[in-house]
Amino acid sequence: MRHAPTRLAATPGPARRGLRRAAWLLVVLLGLVATPAAAVEPDEMLADPALEARARTLSQELRCLVCQNQSIDDSNAALAKDLRLIVRERLRAGDSDAAVLAFVEARYGEFVLLRPKLNAHTLLLWLTPLLLLLATLFFVLRRSRHGAAAIAALAPLSPAEQQRLDELVKPKRTQRGA
Amino acid sequence: MIIELGHFALILALTVALLQMVLPAWGARVGDARLMAVAPPAALAQLSLLTFAFLSLTHAFLTSDFSVEAVWANSHTAKPLIYKFSGVWGNHEGSMLLWVLILALFGAAVALFGGNLPDTLRANVLAVQAAIAVCFLVFIVFASSPFARIPPQVEGRGLNPILQDPALAFHPPFLYGGYVGLSMAFSFAIAALLEGRTDAAWARWVRPWTLAAWMLLTLGIAMGSWWAYYELGWGGWWFWDPVENASFMPWLAATALLHSALVMEKREALKVWTILLAILAFSLSLIGTFLVRSGILTSVHAFAVDPRRGVFILAILTLQIGGALALYAWRAPQLKQGGLFAPISREGSLVLNNILLTVACATVFIGTLYPLALEAITGAKISVGPPYFNLTFAPLMVPLLLAMPLGPLLAWKRGDLVGATERLAAAAALALLAGSITLALKWRGPWLAPFAIALGAWVIAGPLCEWAARVKLFAADRAEVRRRALGLPRSAYGGMLAHAGVGLTVIGIVATSAWRAEHVVVLRQGEGTEIAGYGLSFRGVAPRQGPNYQEVVGLFVVTRNGQPHGELTPSKRSFDTPQQTTTEAAIQVGWRGDLYVVLGDEQPGGAWVVRLYFNPLVRLIWLGAVLMALGGLLSLSDRRLRIGVPRRARRPLAQAAE
Repeated sequence: MRHAPTRLAATPGPARRGLRRAAWLLVVLLGLVATPAAAVEPDEMLADPALEARARTLSQELRCLVCQNQSIDDSNAALAKDLRLIVRERLRAGDSDAAVLAFVEARYGEFVLLRPKLNAHTLLLWLTPLLLLLATLFFVLRRSRHGAAAIAALAPLSPAEQQRLDELVKPKRTQRGA
Repeated sequence: MIIELGHFALILALTVALLQMVLPAWGARVGDARLMAVAPPAALAQLSLLTFAFLSLTHAFLTSDFSVEAVWANSHTAKPLIYKFSGVWGNHEGSMLLWVLILALFGAAVALFGGNLPDTLRANVLAVQAAIAVCFLVFIVFASSPFARIPPQVEGRGLNPILQDPALAFHPPFLYGGYVGLSMAFSFAIAALLEGRTDAAWARWVRPWTLAAWMLLTLGIAMGSWWAYYELGWGGWWFWDPVENASFMPWLAATALLHSALVMEKREALKVWTILLAILAFSLSLIGTFLVRSGILTSVHAFAVDPRRGVFILAILTLQIGGALALYAWRAPQLKQGGLFAPISREGSLVLNNILLTVACATVFIGTLYPLALEAITGAKISVGPPYFNLTFAPLMVPLLLAMPLGPLLAWKRGDLVGATERLAAAAALALLAGSITLALKWRGPWLAPFAIALGAWVIAGPLCEWAARVKLFAADRAEVRRRALGLPRSAYGGMLAHAGVGLTVIGIVATSAWRAEHVVVLRQGEGTEIAGYGLSFRGVAPRQGPNYQEVVGLFVVTRNGQPHGELTPSKRSFDTPQQTTTEAAIQVGWRGDLYVVLGDEQPGGAWVVRLYFNPLVRLIWLGAVLMALGGLLSLSDRRLRIGVPRRARRPLAQAAE
């Protein structure tokens, strides 16, 4: 199984210290796992390739509940295997993808879904990126209009200034002409 | 004895850091040059003391001194030397010591090379660096000492075998170099707020440090991802795991900071925003450290059960981030904004870059912390997994990638979008061609992938067009082109290289995500199978003895188009201490992609489960990251940007006007 990648220098000391060790300990204590390797076993697979492909896609949407942040497609914990079998069983029974997810969610709770549902709990989660983008764009555009206004306010030169500028620029032009 | 000396040096370093925090800042406030002069020697003393402490811990690891708790818990006599060495930071206590050591290294660099900084700025920067060091040293000394002794043990408990790997051994120092490197931008930002002014010289100082930190972070993340790819046994290279996100957020912020600092250096604009970004980038590094170190990711409950360290880090976090933001809210309005610009301009494009990168960073932040916050507040448990991040993050990257080649071709202040687009016609054609070829080859889909490939090609071809335009490749004679090519600053080449690197990474990600082949079979000795045009025949397994493990090695003979094409030997390793098994994938690297074979479990009757993958163009992901880092290095070597070169030689006016 791929256990939670704690890639920042982390390493497991005793369970209280490192996530990794904690995850491992849990896994070892429960006797769930022998090897870190990917999950789907040949004997689980469905004969129909189209159905099997759907099963794989669905497996990536479901969380292995005893692992850390792994889908049942990646995990070879016993529970993940059970869930994979349930998914395939439901697909064979003719369920739609949504029905399979609903079936698993009804038994294991919302926690099992790796793609959070849109509801009151998760409204902020889903909307914040969009709102933030719109808010920043609005803010920046308003500021840039201020900037444009400031540039416009700077623009006109008085006739005297214009004359002085012309005088400054003139000698160069004659030089170039010469 | 050496361990006690190391412990003593650590405590002494804390004392020095306290002095370095208080005296120079006070000196800068009252204008006392003698107090300000304390900072540089104090920074050097801190570095020496922490180096000594770190070396003494290293000594304990190398000599397997199992009377030291950290060594006993994380090392073993049979471990290869390199992993005894990397074991120093392969655990909580040691890694925190590495953290402060790198911090001291950066502080010492300011002390040594900062002679040309205004005295008050240097004093303030070093004081802020010391303040960060004080927080972490207090934490290490009182809550997480690596020098704690236990009754001597005969043998240690070993290091987690999956961490016994060359890429992972040097992943933490790079990552920490990046995290801690961002403290420089932070300290400069705080110092600027304390003084109430910033100028181009300030930005010229901040940018190289940010660039250096960003480079290290890029390499660190790439190393971690590469490790995951070959070690975890199924070829995944990014999982949107909270721990990964913890390193990715500072990277996104640092990338934004690099670009906004550019505007500030060249045009004196975006000051207030750049300072905020500098604070945010380092804050995200601290949050990353907190997420990984406090155990809060395992579960909110685990955190509540043993909160000592977590609460300590949380307190540091609140103090530093809260303090910095409060100071920002108070002082930033007093900073003068400069440099007006039109929306379509180099500045405008960099603002767009900043918007998209910051929102992307915020998205990752929310996705990572939302489940924790929700559970803490309502008790409801939800999962935010890869589907969420792919759905929210990817759309933000599309406009960013589209705009990437355009930005560098726009002029400062007011740019010409049509002109820039015209100069990119060749890049657009190339991108279209790449997309069409992909579509023709992979007409079975997924249908979005050819567009994404075209986008990647656009990002790669953009810098090439930019270069052609800048050296007048087709408009001038060869001598002129040569003169111009040599005359382009290295930082320009660095930027182009880094941008092209992003394009390569994009293509690698898209190709391997869209067209990865996978095949799981049960094979007996002598049987064969096929994947992606390769034939593999299984010649059986054999045992082998490693330094601290036994392994079973499978032998596969590969053929391609009927011709022999090498051998692959995936294995399964069993370690003694701790008792764990790992799989070692066998990978054959090719131009088209990687052939990746993993030995699974043995089945009754002597057959083996074998997993085969073909990952098209997957190497481009890391090759792109390496190019990005090289681009950073090239830019860093630029004469004009080299650390500590704000004293610009007076040049003839004609050249300056160019």
